[in-house]
Amino acid sequence: MEPAAAKMIGAGLACIALVGAGIGIGNVFGSYLSGALRNPGAAATQTTNLLLGFALCEATGLFGLVIALLILFAF
Amino acid sequence: MNLNPMEQFAVKPILGLDKPLFEIAGHPIYFTNQALLMVIVAVVSSLFLTLAVKPNRLVPTRGQSMAEMSYEFVAGMIHSATGEDGLKFFPFVFTLFIFVLCSNFFGMVPGSFTVTSQIAVTFALASLVILMVIVVGFMKHGIGFLKLFVPHAPWYLLILLIPIEVISFLTRPISLSVRLFANMLAGHTMLAVFGGFVVALGSAGGLLSALSIAPMLLIVAIMLLELLVAFLQAYVFAILTCIYLNEALHLHDYH
Repeated sequence: MEPAAAKMIGAGLACIALVGAGIGIGNVFGSYLSGALRNPGAAATQTTNLLLGFALCEATGLFGLVIALLILFAF
Repeated sequence: MNLNPMEQFAVKPILGLDKPLFEIAGHPIYFTNQALLMVIVAVVSSLFLTLAVKPNRLVPTRGQSMAEMSYEFVAGMIHSATGEDGLKFFPFVFTLFIFVLCSNFFGMVPGSFTVTSQIAVTFALASLVILMVIVVGFMKHGIGFLKLFVPHAPWYLLILLIPIEVISFLTRPISLSVRLFANMLAGHTMLAVFGGFVVALGSAGGLLSALSIAPMLLIVAIMLLELLVAFLQAYVFAILTCIYLNEALHLHDYH
């Protein structure tokens, strides 16, 4: 297989990591929503944790995206 | 027409300045578009924050209110994440927050360069944060800072837990820098790819040229998302700095 074709396939496979990011982010916001609907008064105190959890979850998915870009452009 | 979405991240000397400024150990140092943007970010944010509070009125003007609200926002964040004795790190965290926020926002301007989309810049900021955490930890606790890696667990679990704790501490600068870098890179790449769609559809002629309004509307929506992500990533960078400083200052007794 030519290296260019292998690079494209490898980059495409590396992007499957973003599935985990999608599931995780949905989980974080879903838990926040169900907690906020049960206890609306306490919802505002958890917005910091919400945004922090979202960013940490997104970061893990974006590590996979960085591997894909590395494969495409650095090798 | 070359529709390469990665071209926007090329660091090159700005137009008209082909000669290097000086040399360090044989490497020529040019004044690049990245350096120009960093100078613009530093000058504009410093000028805004100092000149906006000049009126010093009790009922603030709009500019004064913006500067004071950003001050209170970061001070509240440090107080809730690090506690009372974290406030002496306020200049450090505030500078980090304002620099990352303004570089992200200045990169949103069409045609300009995003400083934080370079891993060199974000890794420098993240290493600065981790070095600050390590130095503060050793200065405050001496060699007892290494107790940070020893959680409250029975001895047979500690053999497994201590290497895990050390490795997770050492990957913090990598995750901190890659989070900011990848978010900025992905956002701008997406905008460039959709811009390529608009150009390709528009130059195809006929019905397809009318259809090119659809990617254009998508670009508008993604621009709004990117503005939110710019602010959110700056906020997450700053609050993770505060959390790491909290761990260095109060080793295991969280309040």
